[in-house]
Amino acid sequence: MTQQAAKRPIYLDYAATCPVDPRVLEAMLPYFSDRYGNAASRTHVFGWQAEEAVEAARREIATTLNADPKEITFTSGATESNNLAIKGVVEYLAESGKKHLVTAVTEHKAVLDTCKHLERHGCEVTYLPVGVDGRVTPEQVAAALRPDTALVSLMFANNETGVINPVTEIGAVCRAAGVLFHTDAVQAFGKVPVDVEAMHIDLASLSAHKLYGPKGVGALYIRRRKPRVRIAPQIHGGGHERGTRSGTLNVPGIVGFGYAAKLAREELAGESAHVLELREHLRRRLVTEIPHAIVNGSLEHRLPGTLNISFAYVEGESLLMGLKDIAVSSGSACTSASLEPSYVLRAMGLDDELAHSSLRITIGRFTTREELDFVADLIAREVARLRDMSPLWEMVQEGIDLRTIEWTPH
Amino acid sequence: MAYSNKVIDHYEHPRNVGSLDKGDASVGTGIVGAPACGDVMKLQIKVENGVITDAKFKTYGCGSAIASSSLVTEWVKGMSVDQAMQIKNSQIAEELSLPPVKIHCSVLAEDAIKAAIRDFQQKQGAAAGPAGDSDH
Repeated sequence: MTQQAAKRPIYLDYAATCPVDPRVLEAMLPYFSDRYGNAASRTHVFGWQAEEAVEAARREIATTLNADPKEITFTSGATESNNLAIKGVVEYLAESGKKHLVTAVTEHKAVLDTCKHLERHGCEVTYLPVGVDGRVTPEQVAAALRPDTALVSLMFANNETGVINPVTEIGAVCRAAGVLFHTDAVQAFGKVPVDVEAMHIDLASLSAHKLYGPKGVGALYIRRRKPRVRIAPQIHGGGHERGTRSGTLNVPGIVGFGYAAKLAREELAGESAHVLELREHLRRRLVTEIPHAIVNGSLEHRLPGTLNISFAYVEGESLLMGLKDIAVSSGSACTSASLEPSYVLRAMGLDDELAHSSLRITIGRFTTREELDFVADLIAREVARLRDMSPLWEMVQEGIDLRTIEWTPH
Repeated sequence: MAYSNKVIDHYEHPRNVGSLDKGDASVGTGIVGAPACGDVMKLQIKVENGVITDAKFKTYGCGSAIASSSLVTEWVKGMSVDQAMQIKNSQIAEELSLPPVKIHCSVLAEDAIKAAIRDFQQKQGAAAGPAGDSDH
């Protein structure tokens, strides 16, 4: 029986974080208590060892991006990378009078909240809407550019839906207009090819723990030539990372990040095909076995491991409660303190009801088909049980159009 | 979020799920909430001689919303209409140990029982109108 084959709890939240790959952990371990030097110590072997390890990791990450190692700045994670990219560019260009930013409504909060902060400090921000497929078009970007645009910041792939933006085309629009292009590539890096040259990317935010590396370490790619991107540092101190980001380097974390990037690069083709096959198996089972199951966002332009799916007339948090021992996330309001359903799904034009009914299931390196079969069985059973309990489902069965009812919002 | 054992119990074993005939004069139906807000409760009571003899619910909403409505259907059975009218959301929240972000679920359950009672009373008022005054 598949139910016995699947060990629980089952982890299907790889977009939130990943387990550290055992090979990555093994690479990191010596840097805790054997080679524990400070990479900034220039006067002894401990420092040299640490610096060597950091530079090797930098090369791995650069190679994976088709970049130069000097273009990689290590940070504490992608939130810091996004802050550094956006605030750093804006601050550097402030004297030139460029104070306009272009981003999209579906960006991660690390980008949106940074933009909102800058708005309070005199910047103007254009928040592009997205289509029902969840994507921004290059035409929208072109139309939003102004003579005083400092930066376009658009994510590579969305964290909630996995939908991939037309990054190459957007990069080309920005390059032609002489505007810098930053992309939050956290979800995409290591899952699909990210090539800063072919895609005209000037800055890219990365995080180690989304590709089987450790938490607490990330990087910002900053282009050095054609064009040379300059940013104002946001953390000041000892002048580490060529002055771009001060602070003692997290050597074990960086070693793990580098090794994780190397594995991701070497195994990308096989792994993404395998993960995609698993996701499609799950998706096909869910949409054929459960009526009114709707995949949110473009299926074609999507990360291989991400599935965002709504089960109409069933509230997401109650469904999560029924999926005991299964780690997935929901766009339901009830899973956040704000009581608002997912802003990403609403921006795509989804009814609030469908946004409340959504699940995000993300599949990764260690997911098995047996686990997914177990999960598909469980979801089908719980959706049926909750629909039996749902007044909305009852009304729909009676042929009532829910949009004709006057509800009493509270 | 950690749920209280009582919420989990009501979620896993909801009491009185179902529907009563909303056309029946002795049945009051209350539907409160909105799909856009993430919760809709339908609560129905059957009243005989001023006493609630049956109650059913259906809820679209989180586990706490399901538990609040399930609990209320248990409570109101055997109550007089006046007693049921006195149920306060704070009692529901306390019984289920709802955290602050889930208090609105208990508010909704209180609203639902009051809406069901109002519906029943309106039906009685209509029945006791011009043509039906000989019943009492």
